[in-house]
Amino acid sequence: MIAGMTALYIFMLAAFTGYEVIARVPVILHTPLMSGSNFVHGIVLVGAMVAMGHAHGPLELVIGFLGVMLAAGNAVGGYVVTERMLEMFRSSKRGSK
Amino acid sequence: MDTLIEISYFVSAVLFILGLKRMSSPVTARGGILWAGAGMLVATLITFFYPGMQNYLLMTVAIALGGGLALWSGRKVAMTDMPQMIALYNGMGGGAAGAIAAVELLKGQFPSTTFLALAIAGALIGSVSFSGSLVAFAKLQGWARKPLRFPGQQAVNLALLAAAAGSGIYMIVQGDFSGGLILAFFALALAYGVMMAMPIGGADMPVVISLFNALTGLAVGFEGFVLNNAAMIIAGTVVGAAGTLLTQLMAKAMNRSIGNVLFSAFGTTGGEAVEEVSGSMKPVDATDVGVMMAYAERVIIVPGYGMAVAQAQHKIHELTELLTSRGVDVKFAIHPVAGRMPGHMNVLLAEANVPYDLLYDLDEINPAFSKADVALVIGANDVVNPMARTNPDSPIYGMPILNVDQAKNVIVIKRGQGKGFSGVENALFFADNTRMLYGDGQAMVGELIQAIKSV
Repeated sequence: MIAGMTALYIFMLAAFTGYEVIARVPVILHTPLMSGSNFVHGIVLVGAMVAMGHAHGPLELVIGFLGVMLAAGNAVGGYVVTERMLEMFRSSKRGSK
Repeated sequence: MDTLIEISYFVSAVLFILGLKRMSSPVTARGGILWAGAGMLVATLITFFYPGMQNYLLMTVAIALGGGLALWSGRKVAMTDMPQMIALYNGMGGGAAGAIAAVELLKGQFPSTTFLALAIAGALIGSVSFSGSLVAFAKLQGWARKPLRFPGQQAVNLALLAAAAGSGIYMIVQGDFSGGLILAFFALALAYGVMMAMPIGGADMPVVISLFNALTGLAVGFEGFVLNNAAMIIAGTVVGAAGTLLTQLMAKAMNRSIGNVLFSAFGTTGGEAVEEVSGSMKPVDATDVGVMMAYAERVIIVPGYGMAVAQAQHKIHELTELLTSRGVDVKFAIHPVAGRMPGHMNVLLAEANVPYDLLYDLDEINPAFSKADVALVIGANDVVNPMARTNPDSPIYGMPILNVDQAKNVIVIKRGQGKGFSGVENALFFADNTRMLYGDGQAMVGELIQAIKSV
């Protein structure tokens, strides 16, 4: 169990990482990057699967089912649109640069 | 097995961070999404081996349903509709975070109050992001165009948020998870999300979507703590922080603070006090413009969202190639909010095969306008309005703009004489060096191409 101060440290370091990783992103990539980060929080799928996998009773199961469905939509949709956008970016110098 | 699961989550967290890092440069961006995708695949597959799991069949059905629908919609969505698609997928993530919290609350077993508080906080944020993103989607899709505003709205919203947070705090303090209370909590949170997004106008939507994106990340991170899942904690928090930064960057590009976007209604402040502009709009025809461009040395094209609406980007690409082959130096000036969100215009031009190294953003291109022979404005309006520099009474005063008016000749392709998105008169259209080319964007650029070919 990740608890107490360790959790706080992880939280802080991850927050700094997120900030630093995109701090120098050019404007031209804002939209794909927003889409890409949208895809990354699709990791909620893992949590939704665990929640559904341990659900007891019909109500928990239904909510879990909805959660997994929504999360899968987030992950798959986020990936597809990001990939589609990034695929189109090309340089006039054909690959070099 | 537990160790293997932990290692897999660790690997996927590393892949997410590296993927995002690569996505922040155009050269490596393509690989970035593949890395992140690999991370997602690893994490999802290993979760099937999580100890004590049941309901595998239904789970697979849920993944297939949600994933299948998203795959189908994501493949067919037009590039112009990208912002609302991102809003939709983002809302789904927020909803999933809310659902996780709901299941955990129904079980009612938390190792400590801290975990309970995190579950509730994540549920609140996730639910707000869910319903708010759906409203954003509906608005951008054109289903609910008009911002909904009424007197005392801020007070009502504040009361809703306080009630949602209050019922959450009550659950934490009392340890009371009765079904009715949980239901009320989620209903209030969802209602707040709707009310928060309702009054926001179309132009500000991207900032709000980005904010919801960051919020979903945070919610996922919080639920990650509850489930003791390191991949969720790290990925969620990283997105929360990156999304917050992106939101700030976007708001800054529009010269608005995030608070300003959320709590003030654009267009209601200065709407009626429209300044009189002297001079007149001077029309021109495509043949003359074609000659002018063919013999120009430097041309700067300023595309706006109107270009994308008219589907003129492919013609613009053709025009660019034609001019380049004649030795004309062609550049594109991209305002941060030229599309519907920062970077959207770049995507639209990339779709039409315009190389990204011809695209320049505001700070890079502004000094170049004074040396340009022709500036061609197509479908842009507010972002080239010099009043943002000169008229302190204008609602858009202070917004960074492209200094198109400094070019020797300015050609504006425009459908009619109407005003821009913000309803503000544009002084550029009345300037002495400006000529108006009235007509549909795609048709007009087509005529320009013909005119240049026949020179």
